[in-house]
Amino acid sequence: MAPILDVRNLKAHFHTRRGVVRAVDGIGFSLEKGETLGIVGESGSGKSVTQLSILGLLPSPPLKIESGQALFGGMDLLQASPSQLRAVRGNKISMIFQEPMTSLNPYLKVGTQLVEPLVQHRNLKKKEAWAKAVVSLEKVGIADAESAMNSYPHEFSGGMRQRVMIAMALTTDPELLIADEPTTALDVTVQAQILDLLKSLQKETGMAIILITHDLGVVAGMADRVLVMYAGKAFEYGTTEDIFYRSQHPYTSALLRSTPRLDTEVGSLPPIGGSPPDLMRLTGGCPFYERCGHRMDDCKEIFPEVKTFAETHRSYCHLKELPQ
Amino acid sequence: MTGTDLSIDTNLKEDTGGVSLWKDAFRRLLKNKMAVIGGTFLLLEILLAIATPWIAPYDFEAQNLELWVEAPSMAHWFGTDTLGRDLFTRVLYGGRISLMVGILASLVSVVIGVTYGAISGYLGGRVDSFMMRIVDVLYALPFIFLVIILMVYFGRNIYLLFVALGMTQWLTMARIVRGQVISLKEKEFVQAATSMGVRKSTIIFKHLIPNCLGPVIVFMTLTVPTVILEEAFLSFLGLGVQAPMASWGTLISNGVEVMEIRSTVLLFPAMALGLTLFSLNFLGDGLRDALDPKGAKD
Repeated sequence: MAPILDVRNLKAHFHTRRGVVRAVDGIGFSLEKGETLGIVGESGSGKSVTQLSILGLLPSPPLKIESGQALFGGMDLLQASPSQLRAVRGNKISMIFQEPMTSLNPYLKVGTQLVEPLVQHRNLKKKEAWAKAVVSLEKVGIADAESAMNSYPHEFSGGMRQRVMIAMALTTDPELLIADEPTTALDVTVQAQILDLLKSLQKETGMAIILITHDLGVVAGMADRVLVMYAGKAFEYGTTEDIFYRSQHPYTSALLRSTPRLDTEVGSLPPIGGSPPDLMRLTGGCPFYERCGHRMDDCKEIFPEVKTFAETHRSYCHLKELPQ
Repeated sequence: MTGTDLSIDTNLKEDTGGVSLWKDAFRRLLKNKMAVIGGTFLLLEILLAIATPWIAPYDFEAQNLELWVEAPSMAHWFGTDTLGRDLFTRVLYGGRISLMVGILASLVSVVIGVTYGAISGYLGGRVDSFMMRIVDVLYALPFIFLVIILMVYFGRNIYLLFVALGMTQWLTMARIVRGQVISLKEKEFVQAATSMGVRKSTIIFKHLIPNCLGPVIVFMTLTVPTVILEEAFLSFLGLGVQAPMASWGTLISNGVEVMEIRSTVLLFPAMALGLTLFSLNFLGDGLRDALDPKGAKD
């Protein structure tokens, strides 16, 4: 089956007055219908910039797409004109954001905002769009959707607002939903509800989901494939099993070790020492060099070639095999 | 994790249609006594101004030279002016002109300023720099002279007065709105709207402008008195409305001429103007507090 989104060798750099920030440097992944891709990485690793640059949501300048392709339904999103992109955004590709508290316009009724994508992309009349929006609110589990449509955002809790955002993203039946840390701002129980909701909606509609997060637990529960990013580069890419049980990259395994688990007894979690490198001062070598427990001389100068372990499992490291 | 009940109760009030931020602000405004007094006074004035042609006791240009600057009496509540015209009637008609100039010119300035500022702030970058430099240049021009030149060149036309005064006021409005928009456009809801493929113009007019209306309304209550004062100033110089029509400015200017003989001719229009300006300021103050509940109470 052809992937619905195929991103190849995406390089997106910010050209600032102080220098070039290589926010995304050679990222590639693909996604099939009904699949979930988890993108994990620390803050500033380029997870969000990858997605925002695909949808043309970042101001350019300073952003410049240096190279790459993002094929979606036969169209290269990176080459598309602003109006072509606008026709895709909120229509075939929808996005939900981290901050449900501020993602809704405080002065407009929830309903007014919910019908916006429908009016924009489907040319529906206000009344039809309203009826459709009520249905999608019911789908995300908001009881009494009619009166919710007539409410203002500040009358909702964070979890409910995120439901509204999901409903808004789904009114146009998108093929791909990009969820940028959708649960980070919510408390744990609400987090579980929202993730369950996304999963059941995915089963119902067959949409693909890209889930951006720094929470490995969320990825383990949701994703079919995982892309591990660090300093704008892809470090490891594989199925969830590949990543969690057969990780071949020292960064991934260090990340996994630093995650709290319920099934093992550890005194204290081993953090990864040091901090991520300045993206303006990257050398040609591996950006994880300073913090890596397995570093070699080669790592300092040369960024490793891709190593394929299984058909779906790729890693970028000079190590022949990661000692378990 | 599976099997969780996915629906939650929204638990909203019985009547649909929640409380908007505007309703909320209005409630807070009603709690401010001075603002309510100011607002009521202004409302009354506006009603009087609308009803003037029907309630005025005399014709505003009917002269009676035998009643030269009479003192207030039962027949002439505010006395008469230098041409023996009833001053109460004149003040009523003057208020009509002054309020109309104040409100219309402010509306002109709001429409131009808000649109200009919002577009400039939202587009940002070079467009923004260019648009704001134009504002800077216009700021540097002595506008009252521009108005005077306009009035002299095109003749004394009341509609031109609205436009000319509005044109002098939109610059600050544009700056205020631009600042608001620049901070608002980074907010997630604007990002969310963009990610949904909403058009730029829709984002500006539907999402950004309603969110900066608070400061705009407050600033407008300050613009109205400024414009009224400017009109009074122009009328005082003889550049305002055409006689025998009069605004408070022309009435005050007439009053000054005879102030040593009969001070009431100056006093009544001056009081009308003063009270209006007071009311506007109290209302503006109340609105500022009501629209910004987080700000300092007093």
